[in-house]
Amino acid sequence: MNIVVLVKQVPDSGTQRSLDPSDNTVARAGADNVVNEIDEYAIEEALTVKEAQGGEVTVLTVGPASATDAIRKALSMGADKAVHVVDDAIHGSCAIQTSAILAAALQQMEYDLVLTGATSTDGQVAVMPALLAERLGIPQVSGAQKLTVEGSTVKVNRQTDGGYWALEAPLPAIVSTWDTINEPRYPSFKGIMAAKKKPVETKSLADLGIDPSTVGLASATSSVLDFAGRPPKGEGVKVNDEGDGAQKFVEYLASQKIV
Amino acid sequence: MLDYRLDEETEALRTTVREFAREVVAPQIGEFYERDEFPTAIVRQMGELGLFGLPFPEEYGGGGGTYFDLCVALEELGRVDSSVAITLEAGVSLGAMPIFRFGSEEQKQRWLPRLCSGQALAAFGLTEAGGGSDAGATRTTARLDGGEWVLNGSKSFITNSGTDLTELVTVTAVTGTRADGSKEISAIAVPSGTPGFVVGKRYSKVGWNASDTRELSFTDVHVPAENLVGERGRGYAQFLSILDEGRIAISALSVGLAQGCVDESVRYAGEREAFGRPIGANQAIQFMIADMEVRASTARLAYYRAAERMLRGEPFKREASIAKLYSSEVAMDNARAATQVHGGYGFMNEYPVGRFYRDAKILEIGEGTSEVQRMLIARDLGVG
Ligand SMILES: Cc1cc2nc3c(=O)[nH]c(=O)nc-3n(C[C@H](O)[C@H](O)[C@H](O)COP(=O)(O)OP(=O)(O)OC[C@H]3O[C@@H](n4cnc5c(N)ncnc54)[C@H](O)[C@@H]3O)c2cc1C
Repeated sequence: MNIVVLVKQVPDSGTQRSLDPSDNTVARAGADNVVNEIDEYAIEEALTVKEAQGGEVTVLTVGPASATDAIRKALSMGADKAVHVVDDAIHGSCAIQTSAILAAALQQMEYDLVLTGATSTDGQVAVMPALLAERLGIPQVSGAQKLTVEGSTVKVNRQTDGGYWALEAPLPAIVSTWDTINEPRYPSFKGIMAAKKKPVETKSLADLGIDPSTVGLASATSSVLDFAGRPPKGEGVKVNDEGDGAQKFVEYLASQKIV
Repeated sequence: MLDYRLDEETEALRTTVREFAREVVAPQIGEFYERDEFPTAIVRQMGELGLFGLPFPEEYGGGGGTYFDLCVALEELGRVDSSVAITLEAGVSLGAMPIFRFGSEEQKQRWLPRLCSGQALAAFGLTEAGGGSDAGATRTTARLDGGEWVLNGSKSFITNSGTDLTELVTVTAVTGTRADGSKEISAIAVPSGTPGFVVGKRYSKVGWNASDTRELSFTDVHVPAENLVGERGRGYAQFLSILDEGRIAISALSVGLAQGCVDESVRYAGEREAFGRPIGANQAIQFMIADMEVRASTARLAYYRAAERMLRGEPFKREASIAKLYSSEVAMDNARAATQVHGGYGFMNEYPVGRFYRDAKILEIGEGTSEVQRMLIARDLGVG
C-alpha cells in the first residue's frame, strides 16, 4: 500500500497573516510557517491506514526551500519519506498551475491512495483534490470524516451539513479529509530523531519535465489584484439596563435576525 | 565560539512540547489542580511523546537525546503548568537517573525501559521530617539480614511516590557506621507495594497541587540485597552529584514559569481595559512586563550556560547553583508581578497566574534552598 500525503506549508492561521504588497502573494517571510492545519489530519489518516495495512507513507510538498520544516514535521509524525518540489519559477502559481506540478510529481511516484487536507488555510481554494483527480484520471472523494481501505477499495464517510454520505471508490484514488476524521498525533521525540535520517528527495521543474514559463505568477490563471485588511470591529451596541435590558437585548438580536 | 541556537531536533521538540502544553495541558490542568488530583492521563501522554526517556540512550528505551533536551521540554511545560513539569523533572532526574547512573546492568535492564516510556514512574526519597537541607541527618536505617535489606524509618515530601504509575522509590538509608564514626548512607530501591512500605496520604500543599507528594513509612520492609543502588556507603554522595544536574532542570522549569508570567501578562494587558483604554497603555504596566521579560531571558541564559558546561563534560556545579538560585527567584518575582498585572483576577484560581503565584515559591526551596545554593556558590569561590 503506497500512500502519498500532500502537505503544504502555510502561515500559522492563529497569527496575524498578510499578503506581500510587492506582488500580492502570501507573505511567508517573517510569518510563523506551519503545516497547513487540516493536512495534519491527512497525515494522521495515512499513518493509521499504514499501521493497519502495512505500506509506506510518502509526503509530497510543493513549496520554497523553507517548506522542509513542514516536511520534517510530517516525517517526525511517522511518514517514511518525502518528495519536495522546489523551484523559484513556481512562486505565485495559481491552483491550476500547482495541480500540474503535483500531478507531474505524482506520475513519477507509486501511489494507491493520495490523501490531502480538504483545504489550505492560506488560499482556501479547496479545489486541489478535484484538479488532481481530473489530471490523473482517478476517482476523488472529498471531505472524509471516516476512511477505511478494504482490498482495493477505499470506503469513505463524506461529511455533509446534516450527516454523511457513505461512498466508496476503487484504488488508486484521492481522498481529502476533514478535521473530524481523527486526532493528529504529536511527534514523539523518537520520531523527531528518526526524521532527520529519512530520505527527502528534491525535484525541480526540469526533473518533472515542466516548462517554467507555464507556471508562476506571470502566467497564473488567477492572481490577486488588490487586497485590504479586515475593517476594525464596529463599536457595537451599548444597552443601558434600566430594568428593560433583557427586552432591549432580545429586540437587538431579533433586529439582526439572530433569533 | 558563542552560539545558543538550538539544534533542529531540540527546536522541533520545543515546538511539539509547546503545542502539547497549550492544547492538551492548559485546558484541563486547572481542574486537576483544584481537585488536588494527579493527572494520570496527561502524564501517560507525556510518556508517549517520549519525554520521560529524553536523556537516556535508546538501548534502555530512551530517546537518545541530551539532558538539555529534557530542560527545554521542562521549560515549555513549566510555561503552562508546573505540576506536570515537576512530575517529569522528578520522574527523570530523581527517579530514573540514579538507576541509570549508579544502578547495575541488571537494574537498568529491569527498570529503565518502563521508566523511559512513562508507563512507570520512580521517585527518590532523601528528605526526612528531621532534615532536608541537612540530608546527612538521615535516620532511616537498612540492615542486611541474610540476603535481604530490612528498612525502617520514614521519608517526607516525596514527589511521584504514590501515583497510579509509581512502581519504585529509591531511598537513602543508614547502612552502618564508618571507621570515623560517621554514618554510612546507601541508596536502596524499594518497589511499590512491598509489605511494610506504606505510602501516606497526599499532603495538602500551597502549590504544585496536581503533583503527587507524600510521606512514606517503612516498617521492617524486606527487599533483596541486589536492590542496593550504586555502591554501599556512597548513597548520599551519589545523590548529591545527581542534584547538581537536577538544579539545571529546576532552573529550566523556573524559567518556564517566569516566561509563562510574561505570556499571560502580555495577553491580559492588551485585553483588560480601565479608564477607557487597555491597561497595557500605561507605562507602569509596560515596565512591569518589560522587567519580567528581562528576568526570564537572563535566567534562561543562566541555565543554558550551566547545561552547556555539563554537556561538554566541564565542571558545572557553580553554574548549576547560579542558574537554580537566580531563576527560582526570577520565577517568584515574575509571579508576583504577573499577579499584580492581573489585579483581582490574578488572585483567582481560574487564571493561570494564580497558579503560577502558588507554584513559584517551592522553586526557592526544593532540590536545595536558595540559602543552600548561596552556600555552595560561596564555597566554590573559596569563601568560608
Ligand atoms: C512539594 C515538595 C516536593 C518535594 N519532593 C522531594 C522529593 O521528591 N525527594 C526528596 O528527597 N525531597 C523532596 N522534597 C524536600 C525538599 O527537598 C526539602 O524540603 C528541602 O530540601 C528543604 O529541606 P527542609 O524542608 O528540611 O528545610 P530545612 O533544611 O529545615 O530548612 C529550613 C530553612 O533553613 C535554611 N537552612 C538550613 N540549613 C542552613 C544553613 N546551613 N545555612 C543557612 N540556612 C540554612 C534553609 O535554607 C531554609 O530556609 C520536596 C519538598 C516539597 C515541599
